[in-house]
This record gives sequence, C-alpha cells and structure tokens, in this order.
Amino acid sequence: MSHESTYVPGTAIERWLDRRLPIIRLGYDSFGDFPTPKNLNYWYTFGGILTVCLMIQIVTGIILTMHYTPHVDYAFASVEHIMRDVNYGHIMRYAHANGASMFFIAVYLHMFRGLYYGSYKEPREVLWIIGVIIFVLMMATAFMGYVLPWGQMSFWGATVITSLFSAVPLVGDSLTTLLWGGYSVDNPTLNRFFALHYLLPFLIAGAVILHIWALHIPGNANPTGIEVKSSKDTVPFHPYYTVKDGFAIIVFLLMFAIFLFFMPNALGHPDNYIPANPLVTPEHIVPEWYFLPFYAMLRAITFDVFFISSKLGGVIVMFASILLLVFLPWLDRSKVRSHRYRPVARGFFFLFVIDCLFLGWLGAQVAEQPYILLSQLATLYYFVYFLVILPLLAVLETPKDLPKSISEDVLSRAQNKQARATSPEPIAQPAE
Amino acid sequence: MKLISKLFMSLMMVVLMSTGSALAAGGKTKPVEHHHWSFTGINGKYDKDALQRGFQVYREVCSACHSLDYIAFRHLGDKGGPFYLDECPEGAPDTLNCSNPNDNPLVKALAAEYEVQDGPDDAGDMFMRAGLPSDTIPGPYANEQQAAAANGGAIPPDLSLIAKARHHGPDYIYSLLKGYEDPPETVTLDPGTYYNPYYGGDMSTLLKPEFLDEEGKPLEGVDVPYGGVLKMKAPLAEGIVDYADDSTPETVEQYAEDLTAFLMWTAEPKLEARKQMGKISVLYLLIMAIIVYLSYKQIWSGIEH
Repeated sequence: MSHESTYVPGTAIERWLDRRLPIIRLGYDSFGDFPTPKNLNYWYTFGGILTVCLMIQIVTGIILTMHYTPHVDYAFASVEHIMRDVNYGHIMRYAHANGASMFFIAVYLHMFRGLYYGSYKEPREVLWIIGVIIFVLMMATAFMGYVLPWGQMSFWGATVITSLFSAVPLVGDSLTTLLWGGYSVDNPTLNRFFALHYLLPFLIAGAVILHIWALHIPGNANPTGIEVKSSKDTVPFHPYYTVKDGFAIIVFLLMFAIFLFFMPNALGHPDNYIPANPLVTPEHIVPEWYFLPFYAMLRAITFDVFFISSKLGGVIVMFASILLLVFLPWLDRSKVRSHRYRPVARGFFFLFVIDCLFLGWLGAQVAEQPYILLSQLATLYYFVYFLVILPLLAVLETPKDLPKSISEDVLSRAQNKQARATSPEPIAQPAE
Repeated sequence: MKLISKLFMSLMMVVLMSTGSALAAGGKTKPVEHHHWSFTGINGKYDKDALQRGFQVYREVCSACHSLDYIAFRHLGDKGGPFYLDECPEGAPDTLNCSNPNDNPLVKALAAEYEVQDGPDDAGDMFMRAGLPSDTIPGPYANEQQAAAANGGAIPPDLSLIAKARHHGPDYIYSLLKGYEDPPETVTLDPGTYYNPYYGGDMSTLLKPEFLDEEGKPLEGVDVPYGGVLKMKAPLAEGIVDYADDSTPETVEQYAEDLTAFLMWTAEPKLEARKQMGKISVLYLLIMAIIVYLSYKQIWSGIEH
C-alpha cells in the first residue's frame, strides 16, 4: 500500500526544491495525503503520543544537560542547583523525570495494542522488530538516566543491574569492569552513563524514522486486521488523523501535566533525594515502576538448573522475556490478525495483560514467600503465553467470520449502533 | 573504600538473589499521623508566618547538629520563601528593589549575623567575615567525621531535602518530632539511644532476654514494639523556642508543625510557582482539548468510521 506520490508543487520555489531535494514531497506523502484506514480507534494514537514524548525528553534533556555536572561529587548538588536556582529548572527536571514515566505508559499501551490487533503479523514483522529495538533502547536510556542524579537509588540500582552482567559465563567480570570503568560503580560509571544517556535518544530517533518508514510501506494495520482493499477504506492522514491524534495527544498531555505540576514525586522513590552513599545500602532496592515486571522475572529464578546458577538463570529469563518479542510474528501463526475475531486468544490475551500488571506489583514486593512462588507462576505464564498458547491457538482456534472489507465492517457497525439507538422496547417510548 | 563498597555490593547481591531470604528484616513502624498542611492540594501555599517560625526553630534547635547545605540566605527571600518582601520597608531608598533577595534588608541582616569563612585573601590566608545573602547557611560541622564523632557515630542528615527523602515526608517528620515516648518495658536500650515508634528499625533485636527463645527470636505472645531507636534525643520541649508573636502557642505540636512546614519549603521551594503554573497549564490544555475535539467531530462528520 506504499502509495504513488500525489504531491504537486504549487509554487516556483517548491518546484525548484522538488527537483533537488524532494523533502516537501516526502513530508506531504508521509503525513499529508498518506492513505490511512478510516477505522483506527484511540488505541492507534499512541504512535503520535510517543513521538511527542520523545521530543519532550530530548528538549528537556538538552536543557538539563546545560546545567548538570556528571561527577560523583557534584551531580547531586547540580540537580539541586537546577531545582532551586535555574529559571524554570524545577519544571524542566520534573518534566524530564515524569516524562520518562509517561513515555513508558504510552509505549506499553502501544505494545499491548500491537499484540491485541496482531499488528506484528506479515507484512509488518520488520516494523514490529524495529519497535522492539526501540523499546530496548528506551529501557537502556531510562536506566542510565535514573543513575545521573546520583541519589541512593541511582547508585544502588546501577550497582544491582550492572552486577547482573557478571553472571555472563567467561566474560562476565570483564564485561562488568567495562561497564563500570573500574572495579565498582564510581565516577567513570557516571561519566559513561551520562555520555550514553545523551547518545541513545538520538539512536531512538533514528530507529523511529525506520519504524515510520516500515509502517508506510505496508500501511497501517487496523482493528479489523484485514488489509485495505480500496480507497473507500481509507482517509488521508491529514486532516483526519492529525486532528484525532492531536486530540489524543492533548488528553495525554493533560494527564502528564497533572503528574508534573501536582504530584511530581509520586512516581519516584524518596531514597533518591538522599545523596549516593556506597557504605549505606537502602532497605529496599527497587527500580522505577516501568522495570518492575522484568525485575520480578529476574528475581523469580531462585534455583539452579544444571550448570546455570540462579543468578544467571534470572538474567537469562529477564532478557529472554524481551528478546522473545522479536520472534512473536513467527510464534503466532494464526492467519487472523485481530483478537476481535479470536474469542479464545482474546481471553488469554487479557490474562496476559493482568499477568504483566501482576508481575509489576510483585516486582515491588520483598523477595520472600509467597511472592517468590507467585513471581515464578506469573513468569511461567508470560513465557507459556508466547511459546505455547499462541502457537497452539493458531492451529486449534476457530476464528469468527471476518468482514469483507473495512468499509463494510464500519457500515455494519454503524447500522447496529443505529438499530440499538432507535428501536428499544416500544413500550418505553412515549406515544407520539 | 572501593574494597568496602565492593564487599557491600556482593553482600547485597547475595541477600537479593538468595532463595527465600527476606530483603529486609525491619520491624514495623507506627503509621504516621496525617496532618492537614497548607501546602497540599492544587491550591497549596506555604504559610509565611509558619515558615518564619519554622526557621527560628531550625536555627535555635536543629542547627546545633543538622546542616541545610542547599539553602543560601538569599533563598529565604525568594518568592514563596519565609522572608520574601513585596516592597521595601519605609525609609529604604527608592532605587532599592527588596523583592530581589540580595537587596532584601531582612535577608541581609540575617546573613550578617553569621560568620562565614572566605578567602584566600591577597596574602593567601583564609579569613572570617560576616555572611552575605549569597552564602549558604553554614553547617554545624567542618566535615562528616566531626559530625559522627560529636553524635556517637551517627551523622545527623542534612535537612535541605529531608521532607522529600522519606516516605510521607512532612507527616513523617511531624510524627517523629512529637512521637518520642518512653521505651516499652520489654526492651533494653543502649545508652545514648532513644526510642521512637515512627523511626524505622527492628525492635525485636532489643527485646530483653526473658522475652526471647533460645534462637533469639521473640517468644510467642510477645509483641515486638513499633519503631526503632535513634541517636537523636527528643529535640523539642514546651517553651524552648520563644516566639515573638505571643498568640502562637509554644508547644511541641506547634514547633513540630512550623518546623515541618519550613523543611517542606527547603525541600520544595518552588512549590507555589509550580502549582500556579499547573493550574494555568491544565486550564489551557482543557480548552485546547475541547476545541480540538470539536474540530475532530466536524472533520469526521461526513465519514462513517
């Protein structure tokens, strides 16, 4: 559905530029006239929302960089300098810190949307895989960003997570030393994390361009999961989706603003307002909320399997839980994309969503029974869902009938709605 | 130092990764008392008089042991701060702008009451001079070692951010300050330590031997008391700070309340500006949302979707 260009340069300067660098044509074809299925619901607005999140993070981040000092002796104080003495610095910093949380809220909803409507299926596998890469880059960026204020959670979070790499056989210790730039989390660690925290967002931005490119070759998927058949199924991206995405972005920003202005520390941890101290371990070391499900899976592996220690096992499980997503297009071979028409898969999907939320809750609990057992069960379901349930359902499940086209589906839904609205019980109607 | 931190790290990794061992064996603390604060809610504002009184309590009581490293005298005269002036007092020259904390006479006079070290001078010597608004409030100790030595090994934490560095910050500080009580009869306290039901810790380790079984665990039916012990003795007592305004009670409750408000301000000095900006932003976004939603309805009106 990569479509023919319909751009007609209207002015002399546009014609001049179009023959040399057709950048206006690119913009017009991608975000102006691009044919988009007309049945996209609000779950499809998170792509636009995420773009806004990335831009907010980059802009606030660059401003923060101008006032931040990446040194163990000054980092914490420089953040306080931003909070107290830099004009609007407190807003910039709270926007950046809460912005990370908003980014993850949006990305998780975006991913669940993709899972539910089968957006990862042929011919959008590459689009999906690039998305997974962006997600991994986001996690790395967020993790390193959390280290920069050099509070207690920064330091101890960094210590716990970087120590995981020592579980890698043979090269583990060298790898950890490389990450640290020494033999413990210290100034070199902070410096390299700062450098990488500044670099990775631009890699994300590059990957986002590839993501959009890979989206615009096959075109958008849609809630019915059936491909666009004719121009009756689509509307131009602008103004139809610019206005719909625009509305969703504003509502999202409204929620962002409520966190940022009225409860900026609700998603953070109080210990990060205590300067890092290598000699005092916090009572509970917990990562930011958006890492909790993965943290729960890491801690769920408390037993050795043959030569694999429990520590290495936890690391493998945690990384596998993300890596697995890359293979999803080939694990779920069902021809039907949308869970709308897959009654059985739908049930398992919602159970999976609950499982992820439950893992998140477990990640915040102390590592003792019964939480360990519950974490193990929840981790088991996470993997069974992808490795057993989805492949089996592709064969065993009988999907419902699919509509013939997007426009037919839209029409029949509209008729149903109208029928429901105009013909309730006649007795209930006042006599006319 | 590196060795120690590495040791701690590996120790922690063991604790974290090992089967079934609790992450922290801490006991329970008494739930904090939820006080009504003027600075909570979307219209939250600091009570300037309370901030001034809180600063007085800090200065006369807390500052003997606790620093306020991130607070400069000029901060006290910032908008929303305890000594902010809208306009100059009578008799000041017309050219003076007292809303600028560096020109604020209250702040200047206050800073001048402190001695701060400056230098080196032209001869290369450090010297003492009267404080300026740009100086940070001098702390009680020269370094951490001195602080620890003077307090039985415990370093009194800096108070600049304390209201954000504890769960339920302000309520916790308030509860802790007025929550000191005699230790329960089931425990023995080391000399120089004080019991507080709101302080984190594990009282089971302090139970008297007759309440413990052979393994050192509490006997059945013995309640482990709330809270923990700390090396700060109850800092507030009735009447220890003399408020200028006679109508304000000089009680522990009042001192604790004023001090907590002041410490919330030191932790979050831009709170009022932030909330004000928040109200305008939310209003703006709401109006935008309505306009864009109506545009959406209008644009899509001809399209069945």
